[in-house]
Amino acid sequence: MIAYIVRRLLYAIPILIGVNLLTFVLFFVVNTPDDIARSQLGDRRVTQEAIDSWKAVNGYDRPIVFNTKVAGVEKLTNTIFFDKSVRLFAFDFGRSDSGRDISYDISQRMWPSLVIAVPTLLVGILVNITFAMLIAFFRATYIDFWGVVLCVILLSISSLFYIIAGQYLLSKLFHLVPISGYDTGLNALKFLILPVVISVIHGIGSGTRWYRTIFLEEIGKDYVRTARAKGLGEGIVLFRHVLKNAMIPILTGVVVVLPLLFMGSLITESFFGIPGLGSYTIEGIQRQDFAIVRSMVFLGSVLYIFGLILTDISYTLVDPRVRFS
Amino acid sequence: MLVLFWTDLLIFVLLAAAIAFSVYAYRREHLRAPWRRVGRSRVAMGALVILSAYVAVGLLDSIHYRQELETRTAGGQSQYSNEVLSLFDWMVMPLKTRGEKTYSAPFATHLYAKETVERADGSQQRLYPRLVFGGAQLRDPAERGADIAQRATIGALKGSALWLLVATFVVQAAAWRSGTGFRLLAAEIRGDLTMTRWRAALLTFLVLLVIVFVAAELSSGYHILGTDKVGESVFYQTLKSIRTGLVIGTLTTLVMLPFAILLGIMAGYFGGWVDDVIQYIYTTLNSIPGVLLIAAAVLMLQVYLDNRSAEFASVAERADLRLLFLCLILGVTSWTGLCRYLRGESLKLREIDYVQAATALGVGHFTIIVRHLLPNVMHIVLITVVLDFSGLVLAEAVLSYVQIGVDPTMNSWGNMINSARLEMAREPIVWWSLFAAFLFMFTLVLAANLFSDAVRDAFDPRLRNR
Repeated sequence: MIAYIVRRLLYAIPILIGVNLLTFVLFFVVNTPDDIARSQLGDRRVTQEAIDSWKAVNGYDRPIVFNTKVAGVEKLTNTIFFDKSVRLFAFDFGRSDSGRDISYDISQRMWPSLVIAVPTLLVGILVNITFAMLIAFFRATYIDFWGVVLCVILLSISSLFYIIAGQYLLSKLFHLVPISGYDTGLNALKFLILPVVISVIHGIGSGTRWYRTIFLEEIGKDYVRTARAKGLGEGIVLFRHVLKNAMIPILTGVVVVLPLLFMGSLITESFFGIPGLGSYTIEGIQRQDFAIVRSMVFLGSVLYIFGLILTDISYTLVDPRVRFS
Repeated sequence: MLVLFWTDLLIFVLLAAAIAFSVYAYRREHLRAPWRRVGRSRVAMGALVILSAYVAVGLLDSIHYRQELETRTAGGQSQYSNEVLSLFDWMVMPLKTRGEKTYSAPFATHLYAKETVERADGSQQRLYPRLVFGGAQLRDPAERGADIAQRATIGALKGSALWLLVATFVVQAAAWRSGTGFRLLAAEIRGDLTMTRWRAALLTFLVLLVIVFVAAELSSGYHILGTDKVGESVFYQTLKSIRTGLVIGTLTTLVMLPFAILLGIMAGYFGGWVDDVIQYIYTTLNSIPGVLLIAAAVLMLQVYLDNRSAEFASVAERADLRLLFLCLILGVTSWTGLCRYLRGESLKLREIDYVQAATALGVGHFTIIVRHLLPNVMHIVLITVVLDFSGLVLAEAVLSYVQIGVDPTMNSWGNMINSARLEMAREPIVWWSLFAAFLFMFTLVLAANLFSDAVRDAFDPRLRNR
């Protein structure tokens, strides 16, 4: 088991190097540091001195990959590539273009993200499984048909409309919860309800449809026929046999997104003004703060790869037929 | 003078490819059979009619030209306007030109905001001024209800009449082809007894035509979806957004297909180090969360375009290039799923007897891939293409909201929602921009979803026998 995990972790290294190189090319080779400085300073007629001083302050004034002006190891380390990209491997995100410590910001802002994302995920799974079980129970009836139609309708609506409609109905019309904002401690609760409810409703369409397919696939299998032949009731067959076996694909689908919960949801957080990592990323994008975007790309990839490894491990834990190889 | 944008060119390439493929598939029974199964679904036929209407608008909106000006240069050469128009603009010119001062609600006769107006006797008064175009034909705004009803009836009658004409023509043509009499075929369609569900298609077409004509008739007297902040017709904006949505939904797939097919099949067929390299490439790309990669790429593109803004002839050209790059970037982030799927399928196909036989007979790798593997994975490609479409249309709206979508000057549902969002706080609420974007986007995405489900059911061999 441990050997397997170590091998998977080692396999992740070349992928991370690939991600790092890709983002480096995207950020520093497509546009020269001069171009970035010009767009940061905002003026087309900006002087070369202003550009140079901006580059010096933000550490963009060095050669890109190879520094010929210094000696020894410094030839490689005293470069933009080393300073901005290689350091990411040690999770040293450095400072954002506006001068704030990115690591500190991340450690502060990941909690609100989690507080939104975890309940959304849990409630969402519960709701989707319940609906999918209901539809599967009434399969090949009108309930099944209209249930699927409803799912298709729900998933044809843009997430933006769910948020706008939810904010309008619950907050503006009925004054049940605040429109947006965030607070610490228990006070945060009233700010959390709306985003969680809306995110769950948004997920119902695709989630229920997906789980329904999984359930129906399981229902068609031989062991279900055997269970029925033994004289078990439909309810027991569904809950004891089908649900248990269907949990394998469901669980592995959920595990892969677990680490990404830290990243939060871009749209939800920025709409509801929650100071999480999702809105942090959006702010970075809108302020054209490349250091933040670069850090988030790297962090997101690390978490995604971690999720894949977790998925493989969870496969072997829940399904005894799968062996490490 | 005709103007050809990059996306226009690619749209027409895509159109030509689609026509070529349908001619090719029409002649081969094994390719026609699944499409016939699609035709057996009532929902799919209805959705197809709706989708065709959207595509028609999108295509008309893709033929661009620049108006010739009255003035001529000293040398007697004609001059062209800087503004790029499309054939669709020309068709709905009144919608484009008849602007108001600022917001006005759908079917309104008065402006949304109060203004100080000087009366004939010199005194000043704050009131809601009449609109310049909306309801201008009414002497008394109280007649509005009757006028709307009258116009709507005329529109509905016109639409039904045209439908009757087209339906008769279509049924007549079908009757000739199949050799059945017109009456018999018409009765079959009325009873929904035909294999291909013509009744569903024709009924949807009737509803569509009536809506189009009612909307056209009403638009001649009112702003049926209101006007926006600068007084532009929201109906016009949302119609123009159709092209943007379609371009994102289709060109993205067009961009990603060659990569996905080539790399996926190669990885599965050759195995070994080729497989390792290709797997490494797509795992790496796949590891970067999609939105972040798109954000990074679009940010870089913005900087690139900003620093070279002098090189573009017009704003529209720049916006178009940005749209094309957005498609490219979306394509780069979305090909990995299909690639992985194709790799798995090719791995299986490689071991199948006819491929083994071809190898034993000394057929080259390239021929085997083109002749034996490609036709056998095409159903996967098709299913992916139609399933991806609706997701991409929805993604456009979200990306535009995050300001990493299409150019802010371009008409798109995302931009409409984005600007409308800020007006939600007004009292009374300005809801019509949002409603218009919602209505058109929802119809398109729903039709695409329903159609793609039917296509998947018809083409997926695992689902076929259920």
